[in-house]
Formats: sequence, C-alpha cells, structure tokens
Amino acid sequence: MVDQFIELMPELNKSFVETLIMVGIGLLVALIVGLPLGILLFVTDRNLFLENRWLKSILGVVVNLVRSVPFIILLVFLLPFTNFLLGTTTGPVSASVSLSVAAIPFYARIVESAARDIDRGVIEAAIACGASPWLIIKDIIFPEIKPGLISGLTITAISLIGYSAMAGAIGGGGIGDLAIRYGYYRYDNFVMFTTVILLVVMVQVIQYAGDFISKSVKKS
Amino acid sequence: MISLITIERLNKVFETNSQSVVGVDNVSLTINQGEIFGVVGYSGAGKSTLLRCMNILERPTSGKVYVDGTDLLALPPKELRTARQSIGMIFQGFHLAMSKTVEDNVAFALKAAGVSRRKRKERTLELLDLVGLSDKSDQYPAQLSGGQKQRVSIARSLANNPKVLLCDEATSALDPNTTKSILKLLKRINNELGLTIVLITHEMEVVKEICDRCAVMEEGRIIEQDKTYNLFASPENALTKKFIKSVMDFEIPNELYEQCSGTIVQMKFAGKKAEESIVSDLLKEFKIRGNILHGKIDYIQKKALGIFVMELEGESEEIRKALESLEQNLEEVEVLQNGRPVHRVDARTQ
Repeated sequence: MVDQFIELMPELNKSFVETLIMVGIGLLVALIVGLPLGILLFVTDRNLFLENRWLKSILGVVVNLVRSVPFIILLVFLLPFTNFLLGTTTGPVSASVSLSVAAIPFYARIVESAARDIDRGVIEAAIACGASPWLIIKDIIFPEIKPGLISGLTITAISLIGYSAMAGAIGGGGIGDLAIRYGYYRYDNFVMFTTVILLVVMVQVIQYAGDFISKSVKKS
Repeated sequence: MISLITIERLNKVFETNSQSVVGVDNVSLTINQGEIFGVVGYSGAGKSTLLRCMNILERPTSGKVYVDGTDLLALPPKELRTARQSIGMIFQGFHLAMSKTVEDNVAFALKAAGVSRRKRKERTLELLDLVGLSDKSDQYPAQLSGGQKQRVSIARSLANNPKVLLCDEATSALDPNTTKSILKLLKRINNELGLTIVLITHEMEVVKEICDRCAVMEEGRIIEQDKTYNLFASPENALTKKFIKSVMDFEIPNELYEQCSGTIVQMKFAGKKAEESIVSDLLKEFKIRGNILHGKIDYIQKKALGIFVMELEGESEEIRKALESLEQNLEEVEVLQNGRPVHRVDARTQ
C-alpha cells in the first residue's frame, strides 16, 4: 500500500496543484467581478438608493441564465471563448475560465442576499447623513456584510472544488479528474479513496478556515 | 419668530400594486427657529411619513418643503445631500452600523460631509462628550444599552452642526427612565445649541415634557395644532381630547362614587387660575363643604394646569349657585355621575 502511495505521489501532487489553480482563479474572479455585481444587484433594487428597474432586471436575468446552465455544458459551451482568451482549451487555467464564469453569478447572489440582511434603517440613516452612494457602499454596506462575504467565499470555494472535478472533461486536470480517470475508469479503488480523502480534507480545512475568519471579523 | 421649516400643501400617496394609500393629505405647516415641535397621532396617521418628507427620505407626491429657505424638492441629488447634512435625524431603532465602533458611527456623518480625518477625530470626541459617552468610543453598538445607542445616534445626527433635528419616535423603544434622560438631553441641546427639533411620537408624555408647540395628526391630516399648553388646557378635537386624557385624566373607583352622597365635580384650572385660591373662596362664599377625591397639577411649559375632582355637600340650592360661580371662573367644570359627566359646561362658550 505504501508502494502504491509513493507511486501515486507525483500524480497526486500535480492534480492537487491543478485544483488549487482552478479554484484559486475562480475565487479571485468571483471576488473581483461577483462582489461588485452582487452589490449592484442589491443597490438597484426597489426602494434603494440607486434604484434602477431596468439594470436590476437585466442583471438578474443574466445571472439566472448563467446559473441555470449545468456546469459540464457551460464548460463545453465556453470552449471557443476560452480558446479566444488563452489560445488553448486544455489545462487548469483554461478550465478556470468556465469555473470563473460559473463562480461570478454564484457569488454575486450570495453577496446580494447578505446585503439584503442589513437593516434598511442603517442605510436610511446614512442617507439622512447626506452620504454619497459610493460612501454608503464602501463605508456601510461593505463592512456590515463582511462576515457574510467571507462565509460566501467559503461556500463558493467548496462548490468550485466540486465543479472542478468536471474540468477533466476538457483536459483541465485536478484531483477530481484523477479520481475519475483512475478510480472510475480503471477500477483502481486505492486511487479513488486516496483522492476522495484528500478532497474531504480540503473541504474541511476550507470550511473551518472560512468559519474562523468570518467569526473573527464579526462585531456583534 | 423666524420660520425654519415650511411645508406647503404636502401630499404623499403610496402606490402599491393594487391600490393607492394616502400617507399625508394636504398638510401645510410652519415650524419656527429654535422651537421644539411635536407631532402626535396613532400609528398609521402619517406622522412618520410627514417627518420623512422633511429631509426627502420620502419624496412627496406633491407640495413644497422649505428648510431654512431652501426648496428641497428642487435640489439636484448632490445638493440635496449637502442640505441633508444640516438636517439631523434620529430613529426609533437607532440605526447604527453594527460593524462600526461608537466613534466610527459618529465619524461617518463627518466623513459624509467631507471633513478631514484629523478634524473628524476631534469633533467626534467633542460630540461624544456632549451626549455623555466619552468612555464608550471604542465599543460596538451591540455592547450598549438602548439609551446609550440613542445617544450615539444623537451625536451622529449633530455632527455637522445641523439647524434642525428630526426625531422619528426616538424614545418609543426606551423605558420610561431612559426616555426621560433622552428628552432631557434633547431639551439641553435645544437650549444650548439653539437647535430646532421636530419630533413625532404617540406618547403624549413626551409632548408634555418638552414640546413648545404640537400638532395632532389623523388619517394624514393635521386636525389641530397649538401651543402645547393650550392644547392640554383646551383641546378642541375629539382625538386630541383622547390623547390628553391618556396623560391628564384619572379614574376614580366606582365604589367611591357609590359612597359619595354629594355632587361630584371635576374642575380644570388653566393659566393664572391654577394659581388662584378659587376653591377656598368657593367654600367660604357658599354654605357647602368640599371634599377632594382626586387631584393633580401638571406643569407644562412651566405653566400650571390642574385637574381636581371634588365632592360638594350641602343644600342643593347652594350647590347650584356654587357650580354657577365655578363655571364662570374656570376653564372646564363637569359634574360626574359614575365617572361620566352628566352636565357639562364649558366656560368659554358662555
């Protein structure tokens, strides 16, 4: 068994790094694009200070559209786009394009729902102070939802790990792909269990770290 | 009197999917510089909507709102924000940012006005000192009591030296003692800073305590407004009377009515009369005996307003004459039977 493990080590290492790359890029893009998108979805809502029915419904439809496409389809569907962007369609970075596209609306909705939980009165009080919309977003909404943003990022990361298993379909690699190739196609139970255990540990660590950070930024 | 807030024919209609609800119905109102103006009414009377129209948190359907000579509805967004900086507002639910310390909550208002970091710090400490919370600057709202939270929100609302402070049921979530201390603070701010205060409430106690003038609202309209003392001494509208009754009246147990053989009168003394010796003169002049069953003198705006319930015993002719003399002298005299007036005379209508 130890021999088997040593034999598997290089492959496992490579897959682990690939998963980290895919999930890492996906999370980063979710944070850069999904966070502002989620806040935009919130502040353009009815009775809020940047109420804009058109923008809100267009954004809402687009977000729902992306979210309703099964990830494996999205992966294939976006191949031309990935090719245009990177000049290749294989490897973890290519797979991270589709993962990012899936992660943006996912995280945006989490951000939006976290923002909805803010007491409207707090925003109202800020408006009564004469604060500008940008100051309200930066200085009230953002700090108020910080714990939610972090736990949302945790949820997104774990979902992305799940999604990344499908990245093998376009040659993206990763732990999930390893499990499918060896464990499923070749009936190699050892590889299957090893990879599953690794995934379980990863998810636990992410969840624990996420909870810990989220709790530590919470003020009430 | 210089008027600070002028509201002209203000209407606010809320459109929902199926119906439109009238929040404020053709209200015109003038609030003077330096006064504390109260608006009372039951919930749903439109008083909160009216208040929120004074800083355009709620945009009126029609009408005009002038604060310190500025037509708020004509301002573009940026200038409206600047105008709002000189209109402080506090709320029933305090509405503090839970993720900010007390100091940062107050500093936010200064940040909104573009005050530099160094000056923010200085001014924030000054404000916290004013509301008596200097030692709490590093705490979070969750660690404070309701009264302390309201003090923080008062500090925040005063940050940019506003000309007026709008109070939206500011004491309704507080216990009676805390309410008293917050009202005291408001009164002090009104005195020391010359700040005009508009407060809405459903508690007549609050009005009695600090308001110079007061308006009563029902179904979106102002049905009566006057100086607070006059409103308490001689309310005209039925709803106003009901509100006054909630703080000025007292019930006498039925058993007591049954025991009494004489005529029971309730007398209201207002203005100078509250300080005169009307009762003792009465007992000297007529051959009757008086027996006080209940009584109270309230001081509203430093003027006395008294209500007494007395049992008068003696021959019926003497009592009749005594009552007549009372009616000529007093604001309101009522003869009670089983707690209800049976013969009511309003001195002013004679």
